[in-house]
Amino acid sequence: MRNRDDLARLLNAALAGDEKAYATFLHSVAAVVRSFAGRRAGSGKVDAEDVVQEALLAIHLKRHTWKTDAPVLPWVMAIARHKLIDAYRRGGQRIEVDLDNILETHAQPETEQPSAREIGRALDGLTPGQRQVVSAISVEGRSISETAEALAISQTAVRVALHRGLQAIAKRFGKAE
Amino acid sequence: MNTDALINALSMDNRRTAMPLTAAWWAALACAVLLAAAVFFLTLGPRPDIAEAANTPRFGFKFVVTLALAAGAFIAARRLSRPDVPVRRAMPWLAAAPLLVIGAVCAELSTVPSSAWAARLIGSNSLLCLSFIPLIGSAPLGMFLLALRNGAPSHPAIAGMVAGLLAAGVGATFYAAHCPDDSPLFVATWYTIATAILVLVGAITAPRVARW
Repeated sequence: MRNRDDLARLLNAALAGDEKAYATFLHSVAAVVRSFAGRRAGSGKVDAEDVVQEALLAIHLKRHTWKTDAPVLPWVMAIARHKLIDAYRRGGQRIEVDLDNILETHAQPETEQPSAREIGRALDGLTPGQRQVVSAISVEGRSISETAEALAISQTAVRVALHRGLQAIAKRFGKAE
Repeated sequence: MNTDALINALSMDNRRTAMPLTAAWWAALACAVLLAAAVFFLTLGPRPDIAEAANTPRFGFKFVVTLALAAGAFIAARRLSRPDVPVRRAMPWLAAAPLLVIGAVCAELSTVPSSAWAARLIGSNSLLCLSFIPLIGSAPLGMFLLALRNGAPSHPAIAGMVAGLLAAGVGATFYAAHCPDDSPLFVATWYTIATAILVLVGAITAPRVARW
């Protein structure tokens, strides 16, 4: 696991436009959030990987809320905690995650809730154009220019579709049940 | 889509999502002041004797309080819109306005005969105060809720309350220029209730508006 200075350096580079640094940063952060959520997935009502993906999405869309030179890990964990609490609430349970990160479940869930939070399903909510672009870049791992060529559209159009697609996915995740 | 695929997509998305947080708050404040000014000058305008009133200490002190409230709430609101700031670290400057008011009330009670207290507290038009501070403060509250939406508050209801305090600080600063009642007893009572209205609206709406 990377140390704190590494994370700050990576995030700063990412914010300056370094895609590789950003990918490295996101992978490191995913590992941290995964172990945090995994310890607290409890009785299986909450899927730890869903929390990881939601947290990554939120970290991405809210990256401008990180104060440069502030510690990165507390910021990441605050976002992860927020998404974990959301996931439990959707599952019908109330939890408290206090400053010492001790988990307590309060209420019993009323119904069995299958994990409906897969990003894969969220792709269904995109427009066809957005879906093509997001799918090409994420699942197929293509670059912006490759995607633009393959779909015969401009690179700017690809970037716009990607951006809006990610925002639409985040919105679907965030919808209250 | 698995997490690796998601990270592919995220790392390639470099279109800026949002205004940087500090810039968003200053922009919101600027818009809030302009909107409040528009509402104030269209509806009330300053009181006719403002030139004479400006020489009295009580009149000027009203603005000290309202600006202290606005300043403290601005600092707190900005801090609360970051997810990693603990609530207690956001709040300290909020104490300024209440302390000033309490100090002024003590001074007033000790210098003014008790027979005059009730009249000063009740004032000449508290209804005006209770309606116009929220009215003038409502567009500002809208701006500050948008600023919260730009951010990522871990405690949206509390952040909403502070946004209400900020809106009240802005609204009351304008209203104080019209308000005929200058006694700290009046301010402590009616400005506080008017503030509470905006705080309540902020607390209720922020969790919906600033969901993330």
